[in-house]
Amino acid sequence: MTSLANTAPLSRRLLQQLIEEVRHWPISLKIGTSVLTLIVLAGVFAPWLTPYDPYYQDLLNALQAPSWAHPFGTDMFGRDIFARVLYGIRIDMQIGFFTTYVPLTYGVMLGALAGYHGGWFDAVLMRIIDVAVAFPFLVLIIVIIAILGPGVHNIYVAVFLVAWAMYARLARSEMLVERTKDYVLAARVLGFGSGRIVLAHALPNIISSSIVFSMSDFVLNILLVSGLSFLGLGVQPPAPEWGAMIAEGRDFILDAWWICTLPGLVVVLTGTALSLVGDGLARRLGHNRKSLM
Amino acid sequence: MDASLPTTSGHSGAADNILSLRGLTTEFRGRHTRIRANDDLRLAIKRGSTLGIVGESGSGKSVMCRSILRLWPPSIDVHVSGIVEYEGRDLLRLGEEDMRRLRGTELRMVFQNPMTSLNPVWPIGDQVTEGLRLYGGLTKAAARKKAVEMLGRVGIPSPERRVDEYPYQWSGGMLQRAAIAMAMTGSPKLLFADEPTTALDVTIQDQILALLLELQERTGMTLVLVSHDLAVVAETCDRIAVMYAGRIVETAPTREIFSAPRHPYTVGLLRSIPHLSAGARLKPIPGQPPDLAELGPGCPFAPRCIYASPDCATTPVHLAAAGPDHLTACLYPERIGQAAA
Repeated sequence: MTSLANTAPLSRRLLQQLIEEVRHWPISLKIGTSVLTLIVLAGVFAPWLTPYDPYYQDLLNALQAPSWAHPFGTDMFGRDIFARVLYGIRIDMQIGFFTTYVPLTYGVMLGALAGYHGGWFDAVLMRIIDVAVAFPFLVLIIVIIAILGPGVHNIYVAVFLVAWAMYARLARSEMLVERTKDYVLAARVLGFGSGRIVLAHALPNIISSSIVFSMSDFVLNILLVSGLSFLGLGVQPPAPEWGAMIAEGRDFILDAWWICTLPGLVVVLTGTALSLVGDGLARRLGHNRKSLM
Repeated sequence: MDASLPTTSGHSGAADNILSLRGLTTEFRGRHTRIRANDDLRLAIKRGSTLGIVGESGSGKSVMCRSILRLWPPSIDVHVSGIVEYEGRDLLRLGEEDMRRLRGTELRMVFQNPMTSLNPVWPIGDQVTEGLRLYGGLTKAAARKKAVEMLGRVGIPSPERRVDEYPYQWSGGMLQRAAIAMAMTGSPKLLFADEPTTALDVTIQDQILALLLELQERTGMTLVLVSHDLAVVAETCDRIAVMYAGRIVETAPTREIFSAPRHPYTVGLLRSIPHLSAGARLKPIPGQPPDLAELGPGCPFAPRCIYASPDCATTPVHLAAAGPDHLTACLYPERIGQAAA
C-alpha cells in the first residue's frame, strides 16, 4: 500500500504519513485540533502577542471597556485582561494537562495489570475504586484540599489521589477482553514475562478508550481548576488564572461585564475544542483504529 | 493394567521421545460441573517426527496443547494433572520462571487464526524479532535485518519492504507465515501447530503445510500438527493420534491409520472424507458427540458405534496394543479389522 513511499527519505515519509492520516480525520477532530493548537501557540507566544505585563497595574486605566488598545478591556487594577488571558493559557493548560495525564498513566497501568492477572490484586483494586467513585468527584477534591490547604500543589495531590480510578476501571474492562486474544497467548508462547505482555503488547490496544475519555477529563479538569480558583481554593491571585479572574470580576459584573465574560468565553472555547477532539478521536479510533499507532 | 501400558512408539527407547504424556488430565471446574476436557492422555512423540492430532471440535485437541505449554490464564479454574515429560523434565512441575524460559527458547506454538495472533498495533517485523531483541541482545538494526531474513525464509515476497507494515495490511496467509516466522525464532525443538490452516483458504493451506514441513526438515524440530481434517495430517504426519471426547482413542503410523484403522471412530472419520468418484455418498457418523459433563463409565463413543455391544457402555476402556506399533481404546478392535478389510 505505502510501498511507493518507502523508498523516499524518512522525513518525507513521515510527513506523507501525517498528511495521509489527517485526511482521514473526521471534521470535528480537524476543527478541535486546530483551535486547540491555536490556543496552545497563543499561550507559548504570549509575550509576542501582547505588549502588556499581566501583573502590571495601571490604576489610571482601570475598568476600561474593550478597545483597540485593550482588546478584552482592563480590570479593576488596570491590568490588561487579554494579556492575563494569554498568560492564563500557560497556567490552565499546564494544570489541566498534568491533572489529566499523570493519573491516566498509572491508572491505566494499574487497571491493565488488574484486568490481566485478576485474583486478589484485582479484587482489592476494584473495591478501592468503588469507594473513590462513590463520592462525587468535586466533593472529594474539595474535602482533600480543605484538609491540605489551598494552592496548586495541593490540587495536584488531591486529583492524583482520586482521578486514576476511572482510568483504571476503563483499562481493566478492556483488558478483560484483550487478554483472551491470541496475540497475548502468542506472546506467552514466546516466553515473554507478564509485565512485558501487559505493558508493551496489550496496553497499546486498550489505551484508545482512555485517550478518548482523557479529552473530556481534560475539560473537566480545567473547569475544576477554574472552579477551585473561583472558590479561592486553587491558584491564588494575582496569578492570571481564568477561574480566579472570573471570581475577581464578579463584583463588577454590572459595570464591567468584560472582566468575567471574556475569560469565561475562553474557558468555553477551550472546553469546546477539547470536546471536539475527544469526539473526533472516538470516531477515528472506533472506526478504523488500525493505522493510528 | 494401564500403568504398564506401552508408550505409543512401543519398542523404541524412551530417550528417543522428546515429549511423553503420561495420564495428562485437564479438568475444568464450574460451580456444579466438572468437565474433563482431557482424560488420561498417554502419548509419546518421537524426536524429529511429525505427529498429527485429529478429532472433531471439542475433542480436546487445543486443550491438550495449552495444558502441555501451561498457557491457561490464571482466572480460569482449570486443574491439570498427570506427567508431561519433556527432555527428562516434568513440565507440569516446573517453576513458572523455568517454564517461561522454556517457552521462550524451545517450545513454540502457532495458532489457528493468524488475524488475531499478531498484535494489531505493532509492525510485523518488530513482532517477529522481539524475542531475539529481548533475549538474544540483538540491536535494532540487526533485528531488522534478521526480521527481513526470517520473513524471506517463510516466503514473504520482498520482505525488506514489507517488514515495517502492520498486520491489517497483510492477508491471512501472509500473517500465518509471519506467525510461523515468529515461532521459528531461536530455533525451537518442539512446535505445536494448532489448526494452522483452518482459517485459510484451501490453496493457501497447502503452502502453509509445505512451509511447516520444509522448516521441520531444515531444523530437525519436532512438529505436532493439530487438525480436524484428516486430509491435512495424512500428507504431512508420520503418526496420527485420534482424539474423541477428551481421550486419545487410537494412535498408529499414518499409513496404518488409513489402511487398517482399529477404532470405530477412526473408521467413521475415514468414511466421512469426501471422495470425488461418481456416485460415492458421504457416510457421516450417526449421532452427536457426547456432553463431556455427562460421560458414562464406558467407551464415550459407544452410543454412536455400529459395532458396539451392551458392555461397551459400562466397561472402562484404555489404550491397548492392537498391532506392533498401534494402540486403540476399543474393547473389540477385531470386529473393525474385518469390516474395514
